[in-house]
Amino acid sequence: MATLLAIGTAKGLFLATSTDDRRSWEISGPHFPMTGVYAVAVDTRRSTPRLLAGMTSSHFGPSVATSDDLGASWDEPDQAPVAFPADTGVSLGRVWQLMPAGPDEPDVVWAGTEPSALFKSTDGGRSFELVRSLWDHPHRPQWEAGFGGQAVHTVLPHPRDPARLLVAMSTGGVYRSEDAGATWAPGNTGIRAYFMPDEWPEFGQCVHKVARDAGNPERLYAQNHHGVYRSDDDGRTWSSIADGLPSDFGFPMVAHPGRGGMVWTFPLVADGERFPTDHRCRVFRSADAGGKWEPLSVGLPEGPFYPAVLRDAMCADDASPGGVYFGTRSGSVFASRDEGDSWSVVAAHLPDVLCVRAAAV
Amino acid sequence: MLLPGPLRGEAGGASRLNVTAAGTLRAVLDEMAVAHPRLARRIRDERGELRRYVNVFVDGEDCRHSGGLATPVRDGAEVQVLPSVAGG
Repeated sequence: MATLLAIGTAKGLFLATSTDDRRSWEISGPHFPMTGVYAVAVDTRRSTPRLLAGMTSSHFGPSVATSDDLGASWDEPDQAPVAFPADTGVSLGRVWQLMPAGPDEPDVVWAGTEPSALFKSTDGGRSFELVRSLWDHPHRPQWEAGFGGQAVHTVLPHPRDPARLLVAMSTGGVYRSEDAGATWAPGNTGIRAYFMPDEWPEFGQCVHKVARDAGNPERLYAQNHHGVYRSDDDGRTWSSIADGLPSDFGFPMVAHPGRGGMVWTFPLVADGERFPTDHRCRVFRSADAGGKWEPLSVGLPEGPFYPAVLRDAMCADDASPGGVYFGTRSGSVFASRDEGDSWSVVAAHLPDVLCVRAAAV
Repeated sequence: MLLPGPLRGEAGGASRLNVTAAGTLRAVLDEMAVAHPRLARRIRDERGELRRYVNVFVDGEDCRHSGGLATPVRDGAEVQVLPSVAGG
């Protein structure tokens, strides 16, 4: 059994493979050179794992490609896999998220896009269709763009209930569906939006990332644009879990896929000071659902450290003990094979890392 | 129709395509899209608009200064696609 780590960067996709239980890595790439790879997925529900990559050329636009041979070859449909229908009057800016659905729907893959929209594929990610119910939501005209653009960057299927689905967007916040995407309701109660006149609006929050707990699927964790929160009711209401962190600002939020209560993040000082806290390279981990946090830095660079970690540039694998990975805007990728206790370098001097995803293949 | 290096892979490696279409640049691009849909969507988005950093010259003139997609294309005209100077 090998471990595959897909690394999306500002100038292409790199694939790192380990065959010695994540001790050493061989790297191929760049695949899709000179494209920004903002979304990647390793779909292990299929008999042959499928890689999905969402890439955007600054010249030639966005697309999605798939590989059924672990990246040796890629296939891109003739017709645009993700495209807005003509009546919307808009064009796809970028695919920000590719998320395989739960095990009950093995051919369903979700895509979150810029501008903020949700697309659904029922053929394993080869072609996608706009989810009209979210696009037609009366709140949509009031969703604003953040610095990174206006995008649905997070899609979280429910592992046991295919009818339930959660998306998060910047800005706009969290929206939930309990009827397989037919209708949507905001789920932002308790999340502060300090940048708005009403700091506790129904929607409009700038949620950076949401992750679902492995042990309790009703439990979610959110890294907000200032604010770190937990929900114990599938995203209806949220409460702060930021007290034990050195800062409540940051982008990623990753939950252990097999151990309930364990979550990792990478705090930055503040909105106006986007450097790692204390200018040190440290991941913070909680093993009790955000009650306490501990810094993790064994094996990470010592001394001043300035690069940020973007919202999808941290992930966990599905091995045991769990592997954790993150990449920086300075092109370094680090891996831990012991849930963050210690770290090693997977790659350095890559382009800016935009996203990482890992799985046993 | 002349293609730049980065797009030739979408046309079987060809640097030049002969397109039979009458009238306008839009008609030429629409006709080309029938045989080469992936090439077409590198040049225009799903609304049919030229991508921001793709330039198309008709007989040497940038179509953005000569009517855009409505630019007249005469028989035997040369339509050249060139990426603009962009990127980091």
